[in-house]
This record gives sequence, C-alpha cells and structure tokens, in this order.
Amino acid sequence: MSRKFKESSYYQKGNTNYYLLPFKFHKINDLTEVLVNEVGEYLFVDNGTANRIINREIEFESNLYKDLISNFFISEKPIPDLIDIISNKYRSKKSFINEFTSLHIFVVSLRCDHTCHYCQVSRVSEDQNKYDMSKSDIDIAISHMLRSKSDHVTMEFQGGEPLLAFDKIKYGVDKAKELNKKYNKEITFVICTNLVSVTKEILNFCKEHNILISTSYDGPQYIHDKNRLYTKGSSHKKVLKGIDLSRKILGHDRVSALMTTTNLTLDYPLEIIDDYYKNGFRNIFLRPISPYGFALKSPKKNKYVTEKFLEFYKKGLMHIIDMNKKGIYFSEDYATIILKKILTPFPVGYVDLQSPAGAINSVIVYNYDGYVYATDESRMLAETGDYSFRLGHLKKNSYDEIFFGKNASKFAYSFANESLPGCSECGLQAYCGADPVFHHASQGDVIGHRPSSGYCQKNMEIIRFILELISKEEYDTIFRSWVYKTSFSEKN
Amino acid sequence: MKLSFKGQANNFFQPIVGKVTRDIDNAKNKILILDDLTEFKSLDNPLALLSAKENKIPNTNEIQIPTIFNLVDLNDLKNDDIAVLNPNGNIRTLFQAESLHNSLFVTDRCNSNCLMCSQPPKNREDIPYFYSINSKLVKLLPKELEAIGITGGEPTLMGEKLGMLISQIKDELPDTDLQILTNGRAFAWQNYTKLISSYYNDNVIFAVPLYSDYYSHHDYIVQAEDAFNQTLLGLHNMARYNFKIEIRIVLHKQSIERLYELSKFIYQTLPFVDHIAFMGLEYTGYTPFNHDLLWIDPVEYQAELQKSVTYLKQNLMNVSIYNLQLCLLPSDLWKYSKKSISDWKQSYLDECNKCTIRDDCGGVFETSKIYSKNIKAFESSIY
Repeated sequence: MSRKFKESSYYQKGNTNYYLLPFKFHKINDLTEVLVNEVGEYLFVDNGTANRIINREIEFESNLYKDLISNFFISEKPIPDLIDIISNKYRSKKSFINEFTSLHIFVVSLRCDHTCHYCQVSRVSEDQNKYDMSKSDIDIAISHMLRSKSDHVTMEFQGGEPLLAFDKIKYGVDKAKELNKKYNKEITFVICTNLVSVTKEILNFCKEHNILISTSYDGPQYIHDKNRLYTKGSSHKKVLKGIDLSRKILGHDRVSALMTTTNLTLDYPLEIIDDYYKNGFRNIFLRPISPYGFALKSPKKNKYVTEKFLEFYKKGLMHIIDMNKKGIYFSEDYATIILKKILTPFPVGYVDLQSPAGAINSVIVYNYDGYVYATDESRMLAETGDYSFRLGHLKKNSYDEIFFGKNASKFAYSFANESLPGCSECGLQAYCGADPVFHHASQGDVIGHRPSSGYCQKNMEIIRFILELISKEEYDTIFRSWVYKTSFSEKN
Repeated sequence: MKLSFKGQANNFFQPIVGKVTRDIDNAKNKILILDDLTEFKSLDNPLALLSAKENKIPNTNEIQIPTIFNLVDLNDLKNDDIAVLNPNGNIRTLFQAESLHNSLFVTDRCNSNCLMCSQPPKNREDIPYFYSINSKLVKLLPKELEAIGITGGEPTLMGEKLGMLISQIKDELPDTDLQILTNGRAFAWQNYTKLISSYYNDNVIFAVPLYSDYYSHHDYIVQAEDAFNQTLLGLHNMARYNFKIEIRIVLHKQSIERLYELSKFIYQTLPFVDHIAFMGLEYTGYTPFNHDLLWIDPVEYQAELQKSVTYLKQNLMNVSIYNLQLCLLPSDLWKYSKKSISDWKQSYLDECNKCTIRDDCGGVFETSKIYSKNIKAFESSIY
C-alpha cells in the first residue's frame, strides 16, 4: 500500500462492444421513451435511444452508458458479474407468488335488498336455505384458507348482501379463529356490505374481532341512487348513515368505500371525487368499467366504452393531483398500485393487475352453493351460464383438485403476461398483468387478442399516462406520499 | 488529544493491557501512574507502574513490577482509561472512559487504498497482536457502555477472528451496540458471510462505504479492481443473513459526480439497509496528497446532497448527514445532521465562538488541515 494511485481509466473496462441485457421500451410521448429492465426499473430517454443502444452507438464515457450499466440494461460481459443481484431483485419483485392464494372470498349469501342494474348475481329472496352458504361448506372453505402458504390471509365476506346472513359471518369468524389456533396465521377479516342493515350490535362484533368494513359508494345521490336501486327508499342516505355509524364504532380508517363505474359515472369524475372528499374519504378507487354488464362480444362497443373510461380516469386523476398540490392529501388507488410497481423495488400483488394472474394464485371465491371459482368475475360468468372458471365443489372435490386440478390447469398457460402474444414484448409488461377471465369473457379465449383487448387498451394508456406524469418530476412528492400512505408533513 | 506516549520500559516482555489509575490505595490489577516511583510502597500489587520521572522502584530485587518511566505529559491519560503498554516503551490509549466514540482497532492492513483514506493502511502482519490486545481490552470495558466500534484497516482481513471478537464483545457486554466499519468485500464469498453469521447478534451493525452506482467509478475511488462488485454481492449476502447494514458515503469531488444516481441505486438495489450516512470529508491522511482530485467546498455540492437526501427520505429510508457544519447546510437538511465527529478529534474554529447555534453543531475535525472557506457564524439568534 502506498501513495501510488492509478488513473480512473485503469478501472474502466468498457467499450462500445457491450452486450444487451433483456430490456423493453415504449414511447411515452413525442419526445421521450421509457426503457424498462427485466426487474421493472426504468430510465426516461430521448426517443430513438433504444435504437442507438441496440446499434452500439452509446459512448462509454457518457452518463447514459453509466446509467445503462448500473441499472442492468447493458453489460460489459455476456453474463454480468452482478447477475445474482439481478436475480435477487427479480425474486423480490415476484415474491407475492410465494404467498399463493391469500384472498379468500366467502359469498355467505346471494340474497340482497338492492337490485343494482350492474349486478347479475344477487337475488331478492327470503329463502335462506337456497341462497345462503351452509355451515358445513364454510367449515371446509376455512380449512382450505388455512392451508394457504401465506402467513397472512384475508377472509372477505361478500354477497349478495352478507349482513343479511350475519349469523354465517359470526359463525365463520369464530370458526376461523378457533381453527387458526393450530396455524397461527394473521387473518384480516373484511365485510363487503351496502351498510343498509348495519346495526350497533353488528358493529360491536366487528370491533371485537377487528373486522374491516368495505362498502359500495358511488358518489353523489343523483348517481348513487340511480346506480344502486334500493327497494325501500334512498340507498345513498342509508349508506352515509351506515358509514357514519361504522366510523364512530370502528374508527375512521376501518371503513373504506368502493365505487362501481357505470355509463352514468363517466360524466361526473370531479363531482364524485369531491363528494368522496366531502364525506371524509381520503382515497378513491376509480375502477375500470366492468365488461360483464355490457355486450361482451362487441369489440366496437367495448373500445368506445374504454375510451370514455380513460377520459374519465385522466380527468379524475388530474383533479386529485390538483387537490394534492393545494396541500389536500387524497389518493387514487389504481394509480397508487401502478406507482408502487414503477417506483419501488417491492412486490405488488393486485389481483386484477399482476403476472402470474390473480386468479387462484392470489384470490379464490367460495360461492354460496359450495362451488369454488377462480375470481369474483368467474362466479358472475357462471350466473350467465358460463362455468369455465368453476374449479370444483367444496364437498365433492379435494383441496388439490380445486387449486391444482383439471379445471385450474386448463387455463394456467395464460397466467403469465411474460409469455402472452402482444405482452411478451410490451415495454409496459412489468407494470401490467394478465387477466384470462376478462379475455375469455370479452374475446372468447383466455389468451385474447391484444390489439382489440379492452384490458390492454385501458392499462397501456393508464400506465403510459402515469409514466408521463412521473417523467415530469414535479409530482414526485405527491406520488411517493400515495405509495407510502404518508401525509405530506410526515415525509420530511 | 494525545493518545500515544513513549518512555523507557522495564521488567516485562509481553504487552500489558490495563485500566489506568492514580489512586495508590486502589491500584490492584491496574496501571498506576505515580509522580515519583520512589513513593511506591503498596502491597496490593498493581499491574504496572508509569512515571514521568527518571528513576526506578526501590528494592527491585523483591518486586519485579512492569514499569515505564521517563514519560512526559501523561495528562491525556485519564483515570479509568484503558491502555496497552508495550515492552518497547510505547503506550497507546485503547479506551477513553470519557468518550462516546471508542473503537477496537484491529489491523492497519487493508485490501483497498481509498483516495481519501484518513488513516492510510500499512502492510504488516499485525492481526494476532491486535487480536490478543483486544481480547484483553474487551474484558476490562465498563459493562454499561452504550456503544463501541471495530475499525481498521479492514476488519474482515481477520477472517474468523472477527467473528470470535464479536462473540467476546457480546459475552462481556451483552447490551452494548457494536458498529463494524468494513468495505464489505469479503462478504462476497458466501461461506465467509455464513461463518460470520454464526457469531452475529442483533447488537451488531456493519457500516459499509459505497461511492458510486457505476462500478469503475467506485473502484477508482477505493483504488481496487472489482471492489464494487464484491461490495455489492457482499451487501446482498449480508442481507441474506439479516445483518444490520449502514451505507456510508464520503462526500468529495469524485463521489458527488453521481450522488443522486447512487441514492436511487441504493433504494432500488439495497432497500434493506438500515441507515445511510452522507459524510463530510476529513482532510487528513491521503486527502491532502490527492487535494485536486477530491477537494470541493461543501457549499458547492449542497444541491446534489439535498436532492439525494430528499429522494431517500421520500422513500422512507433512514438518512443522516455527518461531519458537515450547520452553516454549510441548507436549513431544511439540519434535521438530518448529527454531531458525528469523535470527541477526541472534534473542535470548533475561532469563527464558531461567535455562533449562536454552536452547541447544536458538530464542529470540525481538529485533524483536518483545511476547512471550507464558507464556515460562517450565525451571529443573531435564528430560532
């Protein structure tokens, strides 16, 4: 050791004969394209840069060359020295797979006191025996849930209106807790309810068992009451009352709301967002319009509806960003999911936007009649007579037959967007997902045709739009605050 | 602060490690400092005797007590400090009872040769010597000690002995935090990481420097080929065994170049690290020699530093700024600034005496040979 120091050029091994590592690119506007590497890390560069990289035109003294090397877009050796680091990053990004099915939906009753026109499944009926889940089926479903590899599972009660079968919820929660003594998993309980028939007694039970309430709320009364038809008056008034009572007993943050987008919704993005804010919500999920209530097989109509939705979504998102710029903390859930995928090295499993697909891998539905479905949409398809994603029956089939059996493996080949035609080379693949049920429903096969796919049209444009916003750098603080659910003041 | 002393040794042939005292009545098993060795009469044999005077113990035929005499100015060697006495007459302070920043020094050797090294490495086989000294030192440390460090040189060059030292510290000081400064390169070998993991405990944090996201840039700064790759693989191996990790970035003209890119890289590639420290340069060791390559007045890199700190904080990373004076930092970075300079080499400039927030500031390295020209007192109250 001595004071004989070597020049920096001594350590530089590079030259223009670099090797390409797997990466993809996508034009995000007239000036900029995004390069995305195998683990979803991005670089914004001038349009045409991907072409220059491929033609080995990047000077090794340039900053771009250094960025490309250090972010694993190119390598000076055929196999990079740090390939183990890349694989660690990849494993970490995809580690939501290790959890396997973590969301277990229990359709405890199909009965409902609403007749919403976008719902194909519910029944207005008093016949409990026919439309409520049996205790013996609940028992089997719970034992399936506790077999999950995940240390943390979510037991979600849906309907119909699950509170109409509150006895079954009570039974399910008690039973799950009792059986879980052996497994010691963390169980999150959620009730998805319209809150019309909620009572203090029910909420006290929820408080005792730390149960979350997720309600349906479509915004101002003139939208909500048109979307959500209640047989005995205004649904809007009832739900706001229910939200208020739930917040009082459970705590403000234990109550969330979901909006269903309809044709009517599409005309009122700002009004709905402001209404959510006025009613004490600090986030909203501007959910894509569901294809299941539309003329599914009409590509032209689907395309039009998707275009209208995108316009609605962007207007809404920009409105929310403006609120944040004024210092009001409010976030949009779909953007937050995508931002997490783009901006963080962490795994993001969201059932409608993940690869491998959410169906079975992350979510499973136990229907009121004991049949098991791959997703919530799968059981809606079943109500229209399409049983493609019915995996088996709780009493007739074993765990293995349901989760890994013939019916599941029939469409498993369409789970990974890495291998789907049109997705495999898409620059936005790392941030997107695969949805076989959607493509089956809208295009007649689980793989689907990307250029006419509503899923593709919608997600590519939303992701492109969000990337463009990120590239402007002026929203960094807002976006990171959504990703980490930090208020502005906590961040510094 | 003087930490080494030289005198004439007598009556011993192996290094002696002991606690220092001036209390003649409580000197059993301690190193006793006496003004005049002729005063020594105690039957409670001390470990050794030190004296400024040039004389010997009376009746040396009866008591063969190790002695170093002819020492000048022992004022900096305080009661309860721990020192090593060497047979060649050298004394070195190993532990200062009044300091919050004590470290076990384990070797002068290093496998890197950083452009800005504050304590340039020496190539000599000193590991067994320091290991035996430190093993004795650990037993004498006060049990209530809050924190201690291990530093070099490069501690991983000790091989398995590093693990054994970690164990000894845990056994003797079960509640003391231990910070180990290492370039992390040895952990690129998974079998070494696995070996150290068998000694690891949660009191330990490894502090590892990283100067660029671009391999050759880092390799140049640390003057070692392949160092970047080894450190990166090492950090991932350490994370695999759940070691706690701090990343340290010394700020100078070279490391500023890609500071923001490095910050993004740390979050994306090393999101598991517990802490990231941005550190002002100590102008000593190799740094004066490499002045033109390294020196940049800290005020000139505040924009880069602010951008980097803001990015990491937005991503909930734990960030601190060390060794930079408050007057050089934009005020919104003050909350990350720590009084980090070890007390034994910390001081203030004359200018600082006029400053109203001097007590909140970590001051400067007494060891630095030049300082920023922009250090300027806040003369009126700023709060």
